[in-house]
Amino acid sequence: MATAFSATLPLHGSSSQENRLLLPPTRLPPPPSSFLGSTRSLPFRRLNHAHAARRSPVVAVQEIVKEKKPTNPLLITKEEGLVLYEDMILGRSFEDMCAQMYYRGKMFGFVHLYNGQEAVSTGFIKLLTKSDSVVSTYRDHVHALSKGVSARAVMSELFGKVTGCCRGQGGSMHMFSKEHNMLGGFAFIGEGIPVATGAAFTSKYKREVLKQDCDDVTVAFFGDGTCNNGQFYECLNMAALYKLPIIFVVENNLWAIGMSHLRSTSDPEIWKKGPAFGMPGVHVDGMDVLKVREVAKEAVIRARRGEGPTLVECETYRFRGHSLADPDELRDAAEKAKYAARDPITALKKYLIENKLAKEGELKTIEKKIDELVEEAVEFADASPQPGRSQLLENVFADPKGFGIGPDGRYRCEDPKFTEGTAQV
Amino acid sequence: MWGILGRRAVDGGFSASSLRRMRSGLVSARSYAAGSKEMTVRDALNSAIDEEMSADPKVFVMGEEVGQYQGAYKITKGLLEKYGPERVYDTPITEAGFTGIGVGAAYAGLKPVVEFMTFNFSMQAIDHIINSAAKSNYMSAGQINVPIVFRGPNGAAAGVGAQHSQCYAAWYASVPGLKVLAPYSAEDARGLLKAAIRDPDPVVFLENELLYGESFPISEEALDSSFCLPIGKAKIEREGKDVTITTFSKMVGFALKAAEKLAEEGISAEVINLRSIRPLDRATINASVRKTSRLVTVEEGFPQHGVCAEICASVVEESFSYLDAPVERIAGADVPMPYAANLERLALPQVEDIVRAAKRACFRSK
Repeated sequence: MATAFSATLPLHGSSSQENRLLLPPTRLPPPPSSFLGSTRSLPFRRLNHAHAARRSPVVAVQEIVKEKKPTNPLLITKEEGLVLYEDMILGRSFEDMCAQMYYRGKMFGFVHLYNGQEAVSTGFIKLLTKSDSVVSTYRDHVHALSKGVSARAVMSELFGKVTGCCRGQGGSMHMFSKEHNMLGGFAFIGEGIPVATGAAFTSKYKREVLKQDCDDVTVAFFGDGTCNNGQFYECLNMAALYKLPIIFVVENNLWAIGMSHLRSTSDPEIWKKGPAFGMPGVHVDGMDVLKVREVAKEAVIRARRGEGPTLVECETYRFRGHSLADPDELRDAAEKAKYAARDPITALKKYLIENKLAKEGELKTIEKKIDELVEEAVEFADASPQPGRSQLLENVFADPKGFGIGPDGRYRCEDPKFTEGTAQV
Repeated sequence: MWGILGRRAVDGGFSASSLRRMRSGLVSARSYAAGSKEMTVRDALNSAIDEEMSADPKVFVMGEEVGQYQGAYKITKGLLEKYGPERVYDTPITEAGFTGIGVGAAYAGLKPVVEFMTFNFSMQAIDHIINSAAKSNYMSAGQINVPIVFRGPNGAAAGVGAQHSQCYAAWYASVPGLKVLAPYSAEDARGLLKAAIRDPDPVVFLENELLYGESFPISEEALDSSFCLPIGKAKIEREGKDVTITTFSKMVGFALKAAEKLAEEGISAEVINLRSIRPLDRATINASVRKTSRLVTVEEGFPQHGVCAEICASVVEESFSYLDAPVERIAGADVPMPYAANLERLALPQVEDIVRAAKRACFRSK
């Protein structure tokens, strides 16, 4: 989306002179026809050669890639493929249902949908264990679903019901789940990055100071707009400085509400900012779940081994507007069509069928199952009660003495009326 | 009267003149004279952090200059040598970043003590203090609590100018989900900081730079490693029957001096050290006002929407019919802090201001 401001190159591989001068020679244009040739060299291999020549510390990813000898010519097995497919279909159906429910008035406030970006969430989160942490932004429904929070819990939370994952107190932008280590859901962009860095810090602290057996990693998801925010750089610095087990995943969908990434960023290639701080910076096609998964594997292994953080820029796109209230008038129809043609779900389906990993019928069964799951989630959410009055005052503090002392000289939280919602606060 | 005050040794109810007597001729370190121990606020804070770190390996300290420099104000002196760099982190100058890291670590189960070189710098991190620390337990419906302490000097120092002198008590105390504490004496500092570190919720701990070097008597009980003061209870530093003076932090010292001066004129002032700004101990304040029927609130910060405004509102709401005079509010001047020494003195409440206001409340002024 070149505008009058962008004197720099467009992001998608072109053959202009400028392109060749400004890009390091390692940047591959997206493959012309096939979805993902498994025998192709992975993009970042050559990337790190160039970087290795300039700055030696950033070599870890390349080393791992050299060691690996693929035993399977395909990148995934059938089981893995079906898991990935199901997760992406769940993300897509869920978000589509959210849009329907919003327009019917069941959901309200700010709702930000993830359609089109499912490859990033599935590609990364399906490699994590339950004790690994995920931190996200306001576009967090699908991250929560991929991490394991049930569709019922997320849908109820969106409806504001007491059966939601945060009992209706968080909402669309604040999905928390201690059980699944989904550490939010933050409305302020950039806010989740230091929190994720802190969770990674805790992993390292547990291992080194508390001497526990802990190799949990944290994945922080955020957008292109966030990469101009100070906190992002502060955390890249500290994560590399302390060698924290964190993966910074940039979901570069080129737009921050209506602000094009190219209009707001002096150097739009975000992956370059990693090596400036001493960590590998990788660019990957975020519309291709298998490519994302390959990059994610290396980054997660690096983090678990204690080799430090990685910055992964995923080039992706959101098919809907920034939120359901966004008329989405600034984006060019041609751009939308171009990315719609690269729909990650269609691409994975094609890959599975072409490589004989699954039959059309099996995939249709999965789609039907997910449709039923999502509908059941809506019914469940509809039927659930709203939070009771007394819930207003609950959970402000873990130790509710913070509400102070009442006129009778005792702590207010000891007043029996406190939980009935009739006490004065 | 002195006898009663003398017997209050355990909970530290000392008047300004007895403090003056004990402090004369002493250096800042603890001294053991005639059975009463003294401790500076600095040592009190240091010992509190030290004891909590040794009791719980999940407690760690992070901030600028807390390690090798021994603390910008030497509060964390000796901790790096004792606990090592894995538990005492010298951070880069990135308030938003390291505060967020502290919050994230608290989410995941550790207990950080984050130091701000002054609370003025916390404005660069205020998003994390409020949005990711204070509100998290609520947004996650109790799943994720944040046992973090944000501490550092607050309010005016001496000649440091407008950007280093603001008092943040009112700002943080207006946020639900935070607990805000402001110690005065060494005992307050020890007891409240230990309580804050043990507390499962985010606590903003507002110290005062000018109080760090002051020595206060400290009881045996306060020196014990399990000593903790309750959060949310104010302390009556000096009992009186004519007028209630409420204040916190450095102004407690000024209020006690003012009470001395008022006593010479026959006005018996009750001085309440708030200790806890959020939750505010409205019960103690109102009980005192119902006894004396006059109120003078004192603080160092800006007047509009300040802590004093909240106390006045609370008293008017709950004890209106007990008031014999309009409530008096003394706060810092409504200007950014000037640099010149005489202007700075004019911009902050002084003992004479408190005395004048108390007399006005007692209808004794001209």
